[in-house]
Amino acid sequence: MTDILVYITSGLGALFVLLAAIGTLRMPDQYLRISVNTKAATLGVGLLLTAAALFFLEMSVTTRVIAVIIFILITAPVGAHLIGRTSYFLGNKLWGKSVIDDLEDKYNKSTHELKGHDNEDEKDEKPKPKA
Amino acid sequence: MNVHDFLYYIILPILSISSLLVFVRFIKGPSIVDRVVALDLLITISIGIIAIYSILSDKPTFLDISLVLALIAFLGTVAFAYYLEKRNKND
Repeated sequence: MTDILVYITSGLGALFVLLAAIGTLRMPDQYLRISVNTKAATLGVGLLLTAAALFFLEMSVTTRVIAVIIFILITAPVGAHLIGRTSYFLGNKLWGKSVIDDLEDKYNKSTHELKGHDNEDEKDEKPKPKA
Repeated sequence: MNVHDFLYYIILPILSISSLLVFVRFIKGPSIVDRVVALDLLITISIGIIAIYSILSDKPTFLDISLVLALIAFLGTVAFAYYLEKRNKND
């Protein structure tokens, strides 16, 4: 019974990791690559670690696997956000077919601070706090 | 075909091919951000390879190394992001 679960989880995990690798190679834009990396690779590696936990079925191994999975789940979005932010401030262009760029002209180019509003005629409104 | 053969002949080659594909991106990435992202993904794939290898060799102690590698991947990404942005700011 646990053998079947090991087959399923390890197969799905390897499939997701392969999809993440293909996406990293084929995506046209840095931001799309970061997106593919974070989601697909996190799910794939989580499934592979789950396969290890299901194979051993010991308390110590399961605790370690859960610790690694939680650590990856916490740190992967933080790292992706940081590297995406850096990539935007370095001036890397979006893909030509991207529809919207929400951050366009909304940050100070020297201090990298986000501004709430850009226009003067909106000054009477309550300004948003700086992010 | 038992679990051992399945992991050895199907799962490990898939993981090897995917790490090879990521390494191609690491070599030819147009900017340094691409290389940082590819390095992060390489370390993440190696965590998966360690998990499978610990099943194959029947030694669950190898899973400790995967925790250390996860920490290294995160710290590397954060450090690269921090200093790349700082370098850009001081210009």
